[in-house]
Amino acid sequence: MDINWGALGTVALIALVVVAAVTGLFALGVRGLSARVAARDSGTSGSAGLTTAVLCFAVCIAVVGYGIYLTVTA
Amino acid sequence: MACKGFSVYHAFKWNSYARRVNFSLIVGVVIVAALAFDFTNGFHDTANAMATSIATGALKPRVAVAISAVLNLVGAFLSIQVAKTISGGIVDDTKVTPVVIFAGLVGAIIWNLLTWILGLPSSSSHALFGGLIGATWIASGADAVHFGQVVQKVLIPAVASPLVAGVVAVAGTFLVYRITESARQDVVSRSFKTAQALSASLVSLAHGTNDAQKTMGVVTLTLIASGSLAAGSGPPLWVILSSGVAIAAGTYFGGWRIINTMGKRITEIETPQGFAAETSAAVTILASSHLGFALSTTHVCSGGIVGSGVGRKLAEVRWGVAGQMVIAWVLTLPAAAVVGAGAAEVAREGAFGTLSIGVFLIAIALGVFLWSRRNPVTPDTVTAAAEPIPATV
Repeated sequence: MDINWGALGTVALIALVVVAAVTGLFALGVRGLSARVAARDSGTSGSAGLTTAVLCFAVCIAVVGYGIYLTVTA
Repeated sequence: MACKGFSVYHAFKWNSYARRVNFSLIVGVVIVAALAFDFTNGFHDTANAMATSIATGALKPRVAVAISAVLNLVGAFLSIQVAKTISGGIVDDTKVTPVVIFAGLVGAIIWNLLTWILGLPSSSSHALFGGLIGATWIASGADAVHFGQVVQKVLIPAVASPLVAGVVAVAGTFLVYRITESARQDVVSRSFKTAQALSASLVSLAHGTNDAQKTMGVVTLTLIASGSLAAGSGPPLWVILSSGVAIAAGTYFGGWRIINTMGKRITEIETPQGFAAETSAAVTILASSHLGFALSTTHVCSGGIVGSGVGRKLAEVRWGVAGQMVIAWVLTLPAAAVVGAGAAEVAREGAFGTLSIGVFLIAIALGVFLWSRRNPVTPDTVTAAAEPIPATV
């Protein structure tokens, strides 16, 4: 019997890396948003927080888009 | 009689074509049964994508099932990877007759209906494989079942995929809570509500790319068995379309019982957990789908939910409910196989036997439906266990 451990391992590894990246980045983005809201409340612009948030969310969207692209072209 | 390249473009020729192939009636019956299975697959699995979003209030119940239905339909068109794997691997295509497929589908549908009434998120894919294996075994002997393929393509992914999704979800949940610990909780809660709606949509899409393929595989297998398609053919467009529509309709009908189990009973879910669980599930499914594994979305999503319960401090996983679920998973393939085998045995009596099975199936479906009316779970009551629902919902 030929069990394709390599492919299984690949799925596990890809899933772990991609999920850690997406959830981690999204959480960082949320922290950026939160910093911006906090900064605004105290009268400063909070643009650093906003920049972090936008960058993180953009990368998340790109990763998800790539996943869908892979599915479509499979 | 071979009719290669049968497609939607030739569908208008269906009548003359059907007259030429004199067993077209049984082929028609199988296609109807396959679409019926696809429908049960849809309402059995709505929960996979949408249960946690409905539970946390990220999406309203009816909106959630509508989004899920549309994305399942879209997903059906995005990938035809898995359909080829199923019709070409687990049982010997050359020994499978339309009657055998019908018997297998009956086994799968009955098991899906029984687990639905109990609110158990069992795998529709395993029910389908089980039914087909049981029916093939009775009709053509054990040699016609490729057990090596069953282990490699069904059992190994069945054990591995929920573990992978679970471990990944533990990591994702831990990261999310760790990183947002010091952030403003109102922002966190709002952001993750949006994120969860998106990740749930991704799961629905991934589900469509995976599960609609199974019905396509079965219908294609039938067309090959009846000589309408050459061995090794992919699904024609009309098969992709009808499978997508059937699973979308089932999804929209909504499996509120199973949504209640997955959203409320396994563990209490907060939006960041739901986001982590769904992202883990979607990524695992998409990665496997890309590599041609026919894994069970139910197993993956349940694994993700349990993982998200483990990954959050203070979240309590109800291991009793999780245990019940695992028992249902283990039973699914053999139980559907037994029903499929029984149906194949009766079908040996000829047309009358096949007819009786059809009548029996309809009777069971009616019985289960009436049984469900006695204790209905509706969009309005699906989340009632945890929070009061406003009268306007």
